[in-house]
Amino acid sequence: MGKRVLLVEDEPNIIEAIRFILSRDGWAVETHSDGATAVDAVLAAPPDVLVLDVMLPGKSGFDILRELRAAPATESLPVLMLTAKGQLRDREQAERYGVNCFMTKPFANSEVLEAVNALFEGAAGAA
Amino acid sequence: MSFNLLVTVSLAYVVFLFAVAAYAERRSRRVGGAWLRSPLVYTLSLSVYCTAWTFYGAVGYAARSGLEFITIYLGPTLVFTGWWLILRKLVRVGRSQRITSIADMISSRYGKSSGLGVLVTLLAVIGTTPYIALQLQSVTLSFGVFAEPDAEFWDPANPASTGLWVAAGLALFTIVFGTRNLNANERHHGVVMAIAVEAVVKLAALIGVGIFVVWGMADGPADILARIDRSHIADWDIVPTRWAGLIFTSAAAILCLPRMFQVIVVENDDEAHLAVASWAFPLYLCLMSLFVVPIAVVGLETLPDTANPDLFVLSLPLKEEWHGLATFAFLGGFSSATSMVIVAALALATMVSNHIVMPVYLRSRTEGATMAGDMRRVALQARRFSIAGVLTLGYLYYRYSGGSAALASIGLISFLGVAQVLPALLGGLFWRGGTSAGAAAGLIVGFVLWAYTLFLPSFGPAGPFSVGMMEYGPFGLSWLRPQSLFGVEGMDPLIHTLFWSMLLNTVAYCWVSIVSFPTPLERLQGAQVVNVFEHTLGARGWTRGSAEAEDLLTMAQRILGPTEAQALFHAEAVRQGKSGYLPETTPEFLDSLERELSASVGAATAHAMVGQIAGSSSILVEDLIRVADEAQQILEYSNQLEAQSAELERTARQLREANQKLTKLSIQKDAFLSQISHELRTPMTSIRAFSEILREGDMDATESGRFAGIIHDEAIRLTRLLDDLLELSVLENAQVSLSVGPAILSDLLDRAIAATGEMTEIRPDGALAINRDRAREQIDLVTDADRLTQVFINLIGNARKYCDAPEPRLKIRVRKVDGRAVIDFIDNGSGIPPRSQDIIFEKFSRLSDQSAAGGAGLGLAICREIMARLGGNIEYLPGQGGAAFRVSVPLAEARGVAVAAS
Repeated sequence: MGKRVLLVEDEPNIIEAIRFILSRDGWAVETHSDGATAVDAVLAAPPDVLVLDVMLPGKSGFDILRELRAAPATESLPVLMLTAKGQLRDREQAERYGVNCFMTKPFANSEVLEAVNALFEGAAGAA
Repeated sequence: MSFNLLVTVSLAYVVFLFAVAAYAERRSRRVGGAWLRSPLVYTLSLSVYCTAWTFYGAVGYAARSGLEFITIYLGPTLVFTGWWLILRKLVRVGRSQRITSIADMISSRYGKSSGLGVLVTLLAVIGTTPYIALQLQSVTLSFGVFAEPDAEFWDPANPASTGLWVAAGLALFTIVFGTRNLNANERHHGVVMAIAVEAVVKLAALIGVGIFVVWGMADGPADILARIDRSHIADWDIVPTRWAGLIFTSAAAILCLPRMFQVIVVENDDEAHLAVASWAFPLYLCLMSLFVVPIAVVGLETLPDTANPDLFVLSLPLKEEWHGLATFAFLGGFSSATSMVIVAALALATMVSNHIVMPVYLRSRTEGATMAGDMRRVALQARRFSIAGVLTLGYLYYRYSGGSAALASIGLISFLGVAQVLPALLGGLFWRGGTSAGAAAGLIVGFVLWAYTLFLPSFGPAGPFSVGMMEYGPFGLSWLRPQSLFGVEGMDPLIHTLFWSMLLNTVAYCWVSIVSFPTPLERLQGAQVVNVFEHTLGARGWTRGSAEAEDLLTMAQRILGPTEAQALFHAEAVRQGKSGYLPETTPEFLDSLERELSASVGAATAHAMVGQIAGSSSILVEDLIRVADEAQQILEYSNQLEAQSAELERTARQLREANQKLTKLSIQKDAFLSQISHELRTPMTSIRAFSEILREGDMDATESGRFAGIIHDEAIRLTRLLDDLLELSVLENAQVSLSVGPAILSDLLDRAIAATGEMTEIRPDGALAINRDRAREQIDLVTDADRLTQVFINLIGNARKYCDAPEPRLKIRVRKVDGRAVIDFIDNGSGIPPRSQDIIFEKFSRLSDQSAAGGAGLGLAICREIMARLGGNIEYLPGQGGAAFRVSVPLAEARGVAVAAS
């Protein structure tokens, strides 16, 4: 079974860019652009790695992360958070809620790919 | 005339007085008893000054010392004719502070000092006791004059039993009418009325005897004048120092005698009565003294040398066998004696119970005032026992002194004793510097000197001072001889005492007052008393909130009685707009409650009782006074403090508001920067990601072309965002330069619709149907056409982007209202939810799906700024079915005026 990544993001162009980068590396990329229903989507079919935006319509990435960490099925799901709000405060909040990796936009493509792979391998190693 | 008949007449007279008193008591509780409180009754009640000493003794005095007896009337006459000088102030203070006695007056004035209250009470008791004895003696003597023929029932050699019966009877009367209730104003209408009646009786009796003597025994005024000339009364020299001394003493006495204080101040119903009494009372005294000399002269001539001159008033009619007149004269003397004893006993009992018994009782009860059982009953009992005690003392003095001394000398000794209160009283009324330590020092010095030089020697060689001590001084110290202090010889004993006691009393009072530091309450009370006419408000002694209304009510009920206390509390509660019986314990209420209580138990006790419950005592006021040098400055000072504190508070509030504003601005700024960062980084992310992908190559031409298109679009988006931001910044800082010119609304709308028509890439499916009324749009404007068009583009563009109806329609309505063109843009979508309507004009307030909008959420914020610059307005119009915006701009004519004016 292939590596599955779920991308929660509302900017179409950014979705397209990340999809291109990851799928080229063999990832099956699924996307979801609505914050309000994102938690249900993740719980319905937990991916291997979750890439999560912060500013989402309906519900913020922080709230989604917190709810996922409270659910047993996703409490240790590897999560990469990407945000255009690059302030230190946001990074601290993300870490408090239990993010695995935090990156600011704009990003280098190679870094995103490396981070997603590292999260996947780290989780596999731990399992 | 038989002794039995005399006793019967006396008893009948007493029963009559009982009836008068009972009637007056009843009437005083009803409406319409105004005559009970007339100036006439007040003036007549003042006649308690004229005791048996005046009635019998004045004649004896005249027989022994000539006209000197007049001095006893001159002093009071001077005080009353100059009533506005001292009496008016005394009465005003007494009424405003609810003073119950002379001891209460001194205690109140000097900071509600309980020690001073005790001191003055003791002084008054000691000073008054001989005087009460004097009354008992005169009544007994007068009985003796009548009883001589009936020796088997009456042994003149042992009049003690008569004295005892008289004392007991007077005690009973005083107890019955003086302690019926502890009413709030401490006035005894029954007693006062009985005394007014007695005043009439004694005046009528004395005048009756006088008329009998002048026209019955002598041959009219001419004959009497001739007889006076012949008698040795005319030979007496007037000794100026003694006259001056006696006038001073009697003037002081009328102010300081407890019974006079009682009738002048405590029983006073109306200050205006004083004005009437100022001439009516001297007139009464004048009538009382009118026939004194004729009776004395005729008595000396016609009666044997052994006859007691003090009893001429009785023995003259008796000698002429006018038994009816003699009985009337007897009743006059009886009236004089009884009225004095009743009022004196009442006044002394009030002082003893309020200043000695009650404080001791309160202190002995550890539970405190509220728990101390029925205080009212205790207070009444204390007063009853005090009355009995005072009369017992008087009776014992009478027995001990053997009734030997002449009436007049006992009276003067008594006068001089109570006159020791004068410096403290006058100083208290007129000098704010007087302190309680000073008052105590003066009282003690004066009292000790009086006792040492006059009172104790008056007991004679059988008394405490031996003959040797009187002649050579104690321990042979001649300068301490009681009647020649410091070697001053040859002075009249009375004047000697008057001189030294008053001098040293005053010196001690002033000196100690100056060197001692008054307590804050003393200063306050001092200012209250001295400036009583300036401020009628009571001492602001209490601070808010520390007292429990219920505890106060419990205590007040025990002193004032349940009905009165409940009425008082209820009235206050109603005044405060509350129902029930428990008002707020405001300082004003505590003050008024304290005054009510002080009428029943005295100022110091009332203060202590309220203090026990209110707890906080007067700390706040005291602290303030400590800072302010003068008590009167307290108010001013506290006003200043209040003003300063209000000023500080205002400044603090302004600072707080400014701080809040800054904090809010800072948060807004942070949020704004965060937003801008986000808005800039988002297109940058796409641009960077795709440019990296393109640089790697390795893809087909269509794909790379599409990626390049995305980079291009995002670059434009970025540029637009920067443009918007710059524009908004310029608009907000009012740096924008408008190019104002004539325009027609219809043209501007055309341009806007055409511009939005190009935005097909946003919603290719959004074929927006626009509904216009071109005829109405022909409105001339003078405005910045480009800016206004920009606003229209924004609104029409929003409709294109966001209108979610299946067949989107936009209606543009134009009207002229009050010199303005009003343009409404109403679409048929689902509109903007109410909670968001307030924020849509804020920066970055994009409501949903930003990708569809393609803007940064600055459009409406820019519109608002533009409209403000154009002198117009833009607002959301709720309740139109879809999203609705209303734009208004000034019309050309109005604008033209404005432009011309500027």
